[in-house]
Amino acid sequence: MAWQTPENLKYTQNDEWFDPETGRSGITDYAQDQLSDVVYVEFLVDVGDEVQKGDSVATVESVKAAADVYAPVSGKVVEINTDLTDNPEWVNEDPYGKAWMIRLEPTNPEEMNELMDAEAYAQYCEERE
Amino acid sequence: MSEKKIREPLLIELSIPGRRGVRFPEPDVPQAQLPEHLLREDLPLPEVSEVDVIRHFTRLSQYNHAVDTGFYPLGSCTMKYNPKINEDMARLPGFAYIHPLQPEETVQGALALMYHLQKYLAEIVGMPGVSLQPAAGAHGEFTGILIMRAYHRDQGEHQRNKVLVPDSAHGTNPASSAMSGMRVVEIPSDERGNIDLVALKKECDETLAGLMITNPNTLGLFEEHIEEVVNAVHEAGGLVYGDGANLNAFLGIARFGDMGFDIVHLNLHKTFSTPHGGGGPGSGPVAVAEHLKDFLPGPIVDIVEEGDPPTYGFVWPKKSIGRVKAFYGHFGVMVRALTYILMMGQEGLRKVAEMAVLNANYLRVMLQDTYHIPYNRLCKHEFVAEGRWPDAPDIKALDISKRLMDFGFHPPTNYFPLIVKEALMIEPTETESKATLDAFIAAMKQIAREARENPEVLKTAPHNTPFGRVDEVKAARELILTWHDWSTVDSRRSIVDSR
Amino acid sequence: MFVPHTPEEIQEMLRAIGVEKIEDLFADIPEKFRHPKQIDLPPPMTEMEVAEELQHLAEANDNVRDHLLCFLGAGAYYHYIPSVIDHILRRGEFYTAYTPYQPEISQGTLHAIFEFQSMVAALTGMEVANASLYDGATAVAEAVNMAYHVFRGKRPKSVLSPFIHPQYLATVRTYYEHSDREVVVPDLPVEASPEALIEFIDDRTSLVMVAYPDFFGRLYDLQAVADAAHEKGALFGVVANPLALALFKAPGEYGADMVVAEGQPLGIPLSFGGPYLGIFTTRKKLVHKMAGRLIGESVDSRGQRVYVMTLSAREQHIRRARATSNICTNNALMALAATVYMALLGKEGLREVALLNYHKAHYAAQRLSQIQGFELAFPDVPFFNEFVLKTPSSVKDINDFLLDHDILGGYDLSQDFPQLDRHMLLAVTEMISRDDIEFLAEVLEEWVA
Repeated sequence: MAWQTPENLKYTQNDEWFDPETGRSGITDYAQDQLSDVVYVEFLVDVGDEVQKGDSVATVESVKAAADVYAPVSGKVVEINTDLTDNPEWVNEDPYGKAWMIRLEPTNPEEMNELMDAEAYAQYCEERE
Repeated sequence: MSEKKIREPLLIELSIPGRRGVRFPEPDVPQAQLPEHLLREDLPLPEVSEVDVIRHFTRLSQYNHAVDTGFYPLGSCTMKYNPKINEDMARLPGFAYIHPLQPEETVQGALALMYHLQKYLAEIVGMPGVSLQPAAGAHGEFTGILIMRAYHRDQGEHQRNKVLVPDSAHGTNPASSAMSGMRVVEIPSDERGNIDLVALKKECDETLAGLMITNPNTLGLFEEHIEEVVNAVHEAGGLVYGDGANLNAFLGIARFGDMGFDIVHLNLHKTFSTPHGGGGPGSGPVAVAEHLKDFLPGPIVDIVEEGDPPTYGFVWPKKSIGRVKAFYGHFGVMVRALTYILMMGQEGLRKVAEMAVLNANYLRVMLQDTYHIPYNRLCKHEFVAEGRWPDAPDIKALDISKRLMDFGFHPPTNYFPLIVKEALMIEPTETESKATLDAFIAAMKQIAREARENPEVLKTAPHNTPFGRVDEVKAARELILTWHDWSTVDSRRSIVDSR
Repeated sequence: MFVPHTPEEIQEMLRAIGVEKIEDLFADIPEKFRHPKQIDLPPPMTEMEVAEELQHLAEANDNVRDHLLCFLGAGAYYHYIPSVIDHILRRGEFYTAYTPYQPEISQGTLHAIFEFQSMVAALTGMEVANASLYDGATAVAEAVNMAYHVFRGKRPKSVLSPFIHPQYLATVRTYYEHSDREVVVPDLPVEASPEALIEFIDDRTSLVMVAYPDFFGRLYDLQAVADAAHEKGALFGVVANPLALALFKAPGEYGADMVVAEGQPLGIPLSFGGPYLGIFTTRKKLVHKMAGRLIGESVDSRGQRVYVMTLSAREQHIRRARATSNICTNNALMALAATVYMALLGKEGLREVALLNYHKAHYAAQRLSQIQGFELAFPDVPFFNEFVLKTPSSVKDINDFLLDHDILGGYDLSQDFPQLDRHMLLAVTEMISRDDIEFLAEVLEEWVA
């Protein structure tokens, strides 16, 4: 099984991705596959909130599982993809595109070095199968 | 939506304006004035006749699998036979037609019944204090955790807010703890399916409120180091909570109290033969050791005046946590459970556990060559097999479950406990005969063959049931939760009419 | 009796397992805990004997059908239960089934619960109902919990009317004492209307909840308090008597966000306090925070309309410690009773029973308040089938006298409201005839004399 792991993104151990370019984040292809069909996305933060790396920012539910989504880095929430609330299936269809979840303005760019690159993350996914 | 085929209409589709199912007498008093500004305009309920109602619900009932229709080896649910006499007893006018707030002198029979049930349950688990108030297992757990907290606070130990829960526990255990504001820490299981003692001891500190443990655990295995586990928790000042969901495993053979448990809850709807009702009502009495009796939820029944017969009444434990529901609990369920206990006696209850364990081990041994059983040792009332094979990569536990329906069996519990992949949790109970078990074994073996030879028949199962596999994703995404959620009820009615 | 094994079968099974005797199956239980001293239980009885024993216990109670004329309500009501209901409940296919986890072989239960959800939503004027909770008291407790979670703990306070059933309030206190949920039950004069709660609502409040009718049987227009709650961003909740809703404005019309109820009046016997039925409804946008099972419509692989448990990821078996509620087994069979009751009575029948209750209670109120020394405590407030009567001396004394005449008198309010010493709460349902009311009046007159 191979999952998409775009080269330009950074990854967390909890299967979130982060785009250093745009500040957007979401959950990975591997995560959506594990969850199966996503039926509900709920955001736990508001625009303007300051979050620490690892804070819960959203919850994703499928018919058989529920998962918390954590902030990949610390920062200020500048945008939330509220369209996801009505279109939870995007998480399965396009996890790195339409299903971005929040956009952050990182407050501690150092933290980005702690994230995995695409190659390391792809390997991390394989290891767990 | 209109493309769905309809096997049984909904009441609203059967409704014809002007139909009546029942009539009431004309008022024999003058009509009082109604407060116009508070009245509702419309009551959008169906209008059907008595025959409509009877046929509708009778047909619906025939779409259910139930203990009365066939084998129901649903692990952790103890789907044993529900004696019919229980139902008759609960409906005696002297039980069904008494008001919970009647003066105690007019309900001495009901109070005596509750008193004796408290006493017998106390005997069975070996713990002196019992409250019958909790309405179900999870409610009993929550009550138990509140007792735990009240006890620690009474001891001046407000910092004890951590509850340990093994990773094999029912979801209600961590949920009940969290709901009472406790911090939940999960403890892993070791390779024999016991609680990991090293991990447990690491968490035994001055913040420990207690441990919630199911014994035998959800793998159906008796906790081999139970004494050490209990001692470790007690030495750290914590309490041991027993989830009695699996009491069928050692009823009349061993007692929680003798093993040092401080609090347990029992499921009358599992162990004591009261029916599950399609999802309740259950009853989850809580039993406690001597030092916790004062904290039980009130009121409980006691003898308030000795005599022959004695006078029974409601009393409040001295430091009671308060009440956890209105009135006294599910009395109707208590009547059924007492009827059962009286019929079984000590001998009968022991026989229940013996045959439940015999049946489970028989199934385990007969299936162990066909299904991988990850913790394969002497089990108690249930065991957990894996529903997957390396040489049938597409088959999941779910497919096996759905295929079992074609043989007239209810599937085992799926995907629980979480520590076994593709889990099939099998609990036959004592009321099933060897013939039934042999038929189940044959079906399970046939399914294992099909998984290799004709996997499609599993993937598309069930075939012989009135309904096929259900699209759960569609249900969750569309969220049609009432018939008002249909955009066009009228167009549907025409579908029904033209069938 | 319920164990079918023959000695030969037992031997055969033991051999298959590879052990010699039954005791060997329990070898994993430490010896010292095995086979305790004799457990003190009576010797086993046959069905014939147990039936006699239980009959004996049942007969030791004075029941409201055969012995006592019942004017007692206070959260549990003696209503007529049409015969059909128990015939359905006694179908083994319904009552010996488990929670409908496997939809392909549980459509009976699932379809019926969907109908329950639909009719409860209609009755309360709400969008969504769950498959049931334990009772009215725990439904109020779950409402407090849900409101807390809707605001993710940022609004810890719930304001509950002091005229919600005292046992419901007690239950809520037990649930949340020492937790971070703050339960405020203002100490109001008994004459206070729901608007008196408004001053207690602030931006820390997640829920404002009132009873409808309240514990004293009174009905108020709820618009002002509902609007005040919403204005502060809080949710508005109502705990209702479902039978009253057949006649009176549904709380949904006032904009309620949650309506909960004790469903016992809908075809469930008194049964000494349980099992009853917790009704819980809310708005669709809040459904993800609701406790309990929920049934949704879908389609099966053969294109048939089917029902299935949905949004399960809210629940404890998936979310474990992160679930909103721990509820698992609920009161499904009681929900079935209410479903059959609502179906059978339907639009007209339910209204008819509600009207019977209303008229009889009002006639009784008028008749009893003519007796010297008795008067209505709240004469200007509309009520449904329950009202408070001021009595010339202690309710207990009066009730003792009534009991001597086989009348089960009203609830003694001084138990919960010290200021309502000498106040009795009476319930009058369709089971009470005009003659019964006359008899009660005459006995009270006799007592006065």
